[in-house]
Amino acid sequence: MMNPVYRRRLLQHRVGIALSIFAMAIGLFFLGWILFTLLIKGFGALSLAMFAESTPAPGSEGGGLMNAIVGSLLMVGASTLISTPIGILAGVYLAEYGEESWLAQTTRFVTDIMLSAPSIVIGLFVYAIYVANVHHFSGWAGTFAISLIAIPVVVRTTDNMLKLVPSSLREAAFALGAPRWKVALLVRLRAVKAGVVTGVLLAVARISGETAPLLFTALNNQFFSADMNAPMANLPVVIFQFAMSPYDNWRSLAWGGALLITFSVLLLNILSRTLFRQKVTS
Amino acid sequence: MSSSDNIRAQPTFTFRQFFTDRPSNVTQATIADSRDQSAAERSLLFTVRKQRIQDFLFHKVTLIFALSVLFVLLGIIVSLMISSWPAFREFGPAFVTTIEWDPVNDKYGALIAIVGTLATSFIALLVAFPISFGIALFLTEICPSGLKRPLGTAVELLAGVPSIIYGMWGLFIFAPLFADYVQPALEATLGQLPLIGELFSGPMMGIGIMTAGLILAVMIIPFIASVMRDVFEIVPAVLKESAYGLGCTKWEVVRKIVLPYTRVGVVGGVMLGLGRALGETMAVTFVIGNAHNLSWSLFAPGNSIASTLANEFAEAATELHLSSLFALGLILFVITFIVLSAAKFMLIGMSRREGTKT
Repeated sequence: MMNPVYRRRLLQHRVGIALSIFAMAIGLFFLGWILFTLLIKGFGALSLAMFAESTPAPGSEGGGLMNAIVGSLLMVGASTLISTPIGILAGVYLAEYGEESWLAQTTRFVTDIMLSAPSIVIGLFVYAIYVANVHHFSGWAGTFAISLIAIPVVVRTTDNMLKLVPSSLREAAFALGAPRWKVALLVRLRAVKAGVVTGVLLAVARISGETAPLLFTALNNQFFSADMNAPMANLPVVIFQFAMSPYDNWRSLAWGGALLITFSVLLLNILSRTLFRQKVTS
Repeated sequence: MSSSDNIRAQPTFTFRQFFTDRPSNVTQATIADSRDQSAAERSLLFTVRKQRIQDFLFHKVTLIFALSVLFVLLGIIVSLMISSWPAFREFGPAFVTTIEWDPVNDKYGALIAIVGTLATSFIALLVAFPISFGIALFLTEICPSGLKRPLGTAVELLAGVPSIIYGMWGLFIFAPLFADYVQPALEATLGQLPLIGELFSGPMMGIGIMTAGLILAVMIIPFIASVMRDVFEIVPAVLKESAYGLGCTKWEVVRKIVLPYTRVGVVGGVMLGLGRALGETMAVTFVIGNAHNLSWSLFAPGNSIASTLANEFAEAATELHLSSLFALGLILFVITFIVLSAAKFMLIGMSRREGTKT
């Protein structure tokens, strides 16, 4: 028969494993609970009017989120256009010229910190250097703020991906007499195109849901506006404002917007992952 | 660096050599041929020179973009310092330890917000650490290989949910349940204990410091878990297999081999989660209650630095109010910077170890 020492060790093992499975179950439970809540509460608010009409006045019925959706798309689109080239070129510098120099190491360190830095402080920064000087909130200010959040994501993925390119590929290109910039952009970067696109998609997913940096940069706008120089409605801030309000109609619209934004972000996440996996395994 | 310089220098050298060696092969070169040759040489030299200029520009342009990241960090620190200067000049270092936050009389102190930030983050860590550890352990050691990918993705999706969604869910779904079921139970049990009893009693409204801490815990679990999973995976298989060979159970392998080997990385992951929790804004703003008060009760509503900023910044009326909010932002940035740097240094040490593994 088993002696007591064995029995005790087996018991410890079983309790430990059971706790670990339990922890996993807790994680999945919360994910399921949040998504389920969103579906239940948000699905009722989804309608054609949500995409076709602007945000309603306080206490009134009807209305939609059209101005907020357009505003979010404009700002996220513009900041993707800004942060992609900057992020990729900075990443190329780190991998191609920086390598292990102190400058590159410092830049990587700072980028990693910026990845997790409080996003509301980025909003404060843009307010201090831009909004306070031009004396009005604007779509551009919001765009700059979320670009500053997106750039580190792109830089780090580009840098990490470029490191995966076998040096034989670069050496072959150099042996053919190709200049360095061509090797970096047309050989090395092209070899990890899928990985870099993944980074950009992840950055877009990250900034689509960001609320804090927009609160005092883009602010909000009750009406439809495509003027990037004026305060601009955007989904996260509208959701925040509507959810905290006492009006049922506003709250219901907030749930609809929340459903929309969460599933777009999760879709982008899954898309980037499958894209990356396909390219890497093939 | 030196190897890359060689590569850049080589083409010119070889091209020149190629052309100076050429005449020995073409003894019967006509005048027209040599004219062609010198033309070809000139165009090649031109190409090489052009490429060198292009390379030079490319180097500098990418360098500028890389440096811009550093400048943004410097810019953040400098601009926050300048903007918060009036508050620090008015209140001095006592700003950090002053309780009063009174926009009506224009008197400001940061203590409530700092305590709120630290308390919520601490609760979040306390709850998130064991759960993240369990998840990482499950994903690396226990999970059947077919389930590894979908479950790993599920945990990462939890990290992808925007923070405002956590806030809404926390306020409308979690807080009422928490007030009805969990808070009375906590007060009836932990609330009766002599020393810590005061922490678990007070108004049972569902929103407050503790709710904010719990929502934060759910938010940072995926971050800590994925760092822990990554560091668990670098433990050399040989080490684990020798332990199994000695007859260790899986739990003993984890406790006595994996954990000691990855201790620094695990602490780094926890610090990373702490950094996230400290600066989280939206989720906290929804559920913390936004009341400027300081009490021992974890059930009581409070305020964190980030939620104060989110609530008051756009409506700040006086210059001193604005400047005090900037000062709060500076304090928050400095705290998270220190925590994240520490996390980063620990994780760098961990990945060095990965390089030396046999």
